[in-house]
Amino acid sequence: MAEIDRDKLLDIYTRTMKVNRTDEKFRELLMGGKVAVMYYCVRGQELVSAAAMAALEKDDYVVCTYRGQGEQTAKGIPMEKWWGECLGKATGTCKGKGGTMHITDPETGIMVTTGVVGSGLPIANGLAMASQNNGDGRVTLVSFGDGAANIGGFHEAMNMAQLYKLPVVFLCQNNRYGEHTAYADHTDSPNIASRAAGYGMPGVTVDGNDVNQIYPAVKEAVDRARRGEGPTLVEAMCYRMMGHFFGSDFSYMPPEHIAEMKAEDPLPKLRKVMLEHQFTEEELDKIVADIDAQINAAVEHALAAPLPDTDEIYKDVLEETA
Amino acid sequence: MAQITMTQALNLAIDEAMAEDDGVFCLGEDVSAKQGGGVFKVTSGLTEKYGEHRIRATPISETAIIGAAVGAALAGQRPIAEIMLMNFVGVCMDQIVNHAAKLRFMSGGQTPCPIVIRTTTGVGVGFGGQHSDMLEAWFAHVAGIHVVTPSNPADARGLMRASIDANDPVIFIENILCYGLKAEDPGPGYRVPLGKAAIAREGSDISIITYGRTVLDALAVADDLAKEGISVEVIDLRTIAPYDEETVLASVRKTGRALTLHEAVRPFGTGAEIAANIQEKCWDSLKGPVRRIGGTFSAVPFASHLEQAWIPQKSDIVAQIKASVGKH
Repeated sequence: MAEIDRDKLLDIYTRTMKVNRTDEKFRELLMGGKVAVMYYCVRGQELVSAAAMAALEKDDYVVCTYRGQGEQTAKGIPMEKWWGECLGKATGTCKGKGGTMHITDPETGIMVTTGVVGSGLPIANGLAMASQNNGDGRVTLVSFGDGAANIGGFHEAMNMAQLYKLPVVFLCQNNRYGEHTAYADHTDSPNIASRAAGYGMPGVTVDGNDVNQIYPAVKEAVDRARRGEGPTLVEAMCYRMMGHFFGSDFSYMPPEHIAEMKAEDPLPKLRKVMLEHQFTEEELDKIVADIDAQINAAVEHALAAPLPDTDEIYKDVLEETA
Repeated sequence: MAQITMTQALNLAIDEAMAEDDGVFCLGEDVSAKQGGGVFKVTSGLTEKYGEHRIRATPISETAIIGAAVGAALAGQRPIAEIMLMNFVGVCMDQIVNHAAKLRFMSGGQTPCPIVIRTTTGVGVGFGGQHSDMLEAWFAHVAGIHVVTPSNPADARGLMRASIDANDPVIFIENILCYGLKAEDPGPGYRVPLGKAAIAREGSDISIITYGRTVLDALAVADDLAKEGISVEVIDLRTIAPYDEETVLASVRKTGRALTLHEAVRPFGTGAEIAANIQEKCWDSLKGPVRRIGGTFSAVPFASHLEQAWIPQKSDIVAQIKASVGKH
């Protein structure tokens, strides 16, 4: 596998830190009581989302889940719109009508964020089917967790994607928990990627905390899809370092699991790779400081933004009510 | 003009929409030429014209079918997805209700979902409990969906074109017993606007509000009762939801009596919603309570005489009308 070049590394680092700093900021706001909304933390999974988004082109489509902050911010949704939506404001991507679990921003390719586990895969097939029909060359990437691998839609979608050789990438972020249930308590097969063989599809399991594994794996899957060779299942092993949603109890995570995931934290590992590639501490710190400044400005903008008009509840139901 | 069956009417509407717009395509089980153009032949002959990418035969995977239709619609195409029999919507309700119906609203209007979900059903052909139900009320209860059903070939052609034009999801219900009906072809480009009922027969004593196959029963009863001096108005809703309230209320204000009639089971059926609405808005015009007729509240049975006893009976329609107008 070819070495990731410096420009791409910098791109991945920047996206990763954007995801991480957004997550940190969200938790700070929630803990401080500044906002009270559902939020699904992505701490520990930043690199998987960032590397995957860095492997896509700007026009490519993404379908993600309620734990989709990583894909959304790394794909490039303008921060003011993203925060506006998360805080339920009129300035949000969806005028405050979707919320944290239903962020949609077609301009940056975030086509659906579903709140239903596993429902994104069949929809991703449709986006890819449109690209196959009209030859626009786009690839669709759908992100989901290990929990989604056990719902019927996963199997239906995988079979259909392979049948039609759809330009789609199935990215399973195996964070070892389906909601509050540990992997071993919901699945007996050693990994998810091996299921791909059952559909005649390539499947690969990689370390999602290692940029040199996750980026090339997704990039190869994206390239393959774009060449018209069909779908790939990429399983990125990672850790969800928080509970299922912000504020939820995660005492069910055993201490040895917590120690293991701290040792595998993708952020220090990525920083080490950056330093090995002759980026300086100062350069990397400056990137984070710039991101923090952007996030702070976006949060201030969102906090000050107007609430949606009450009559929005009647709008966008059908075209006639648009 | 030539006579066409309802099957041909649907086929013609889909054919002309596909010819006009490359973004229109069909997907579903057994729909392509290899499988004979659909189990009821509605997509017959279209694979030869438009190729297998636009008449996509799918695996038996309803969730994947509707999910694919949703995704393709978000990307700007106009998929016509077939769920072979209406009971199978139970397999894919998440994609229809949580996704197709809500994505326009939840995205603040950014991602409308223009899909037509064609589905077939009907009591009276011996298909038993899992292949016969009219489930329109399930969808009428969900904001963000049109629910449509034709009772004759001309409406079938016009409603299908309008459904493909629509920028929102449409559940398009085809009654098996209506496929063979014949009528004059309304011709190319014919459209029946969604949300517009038809007055299938004018009358002055009572309004029957119905749709789909039971329109035929209502018309037959109206013919019979005319001989006894009872004048029955028959409203064919054509679009079940959101329905043409204006036409319904105007009719009831004129006749002062109303009967809702559908093949679906009576409890919590669309007739209940329509009856409640009439009573709220036409109270002063009503000469008596709004009456409701629907299928028996049990699974559709198999044995022919049981199935025939299950469906709304013409004799019951007659009895309810006579009780309402006060003639026995």
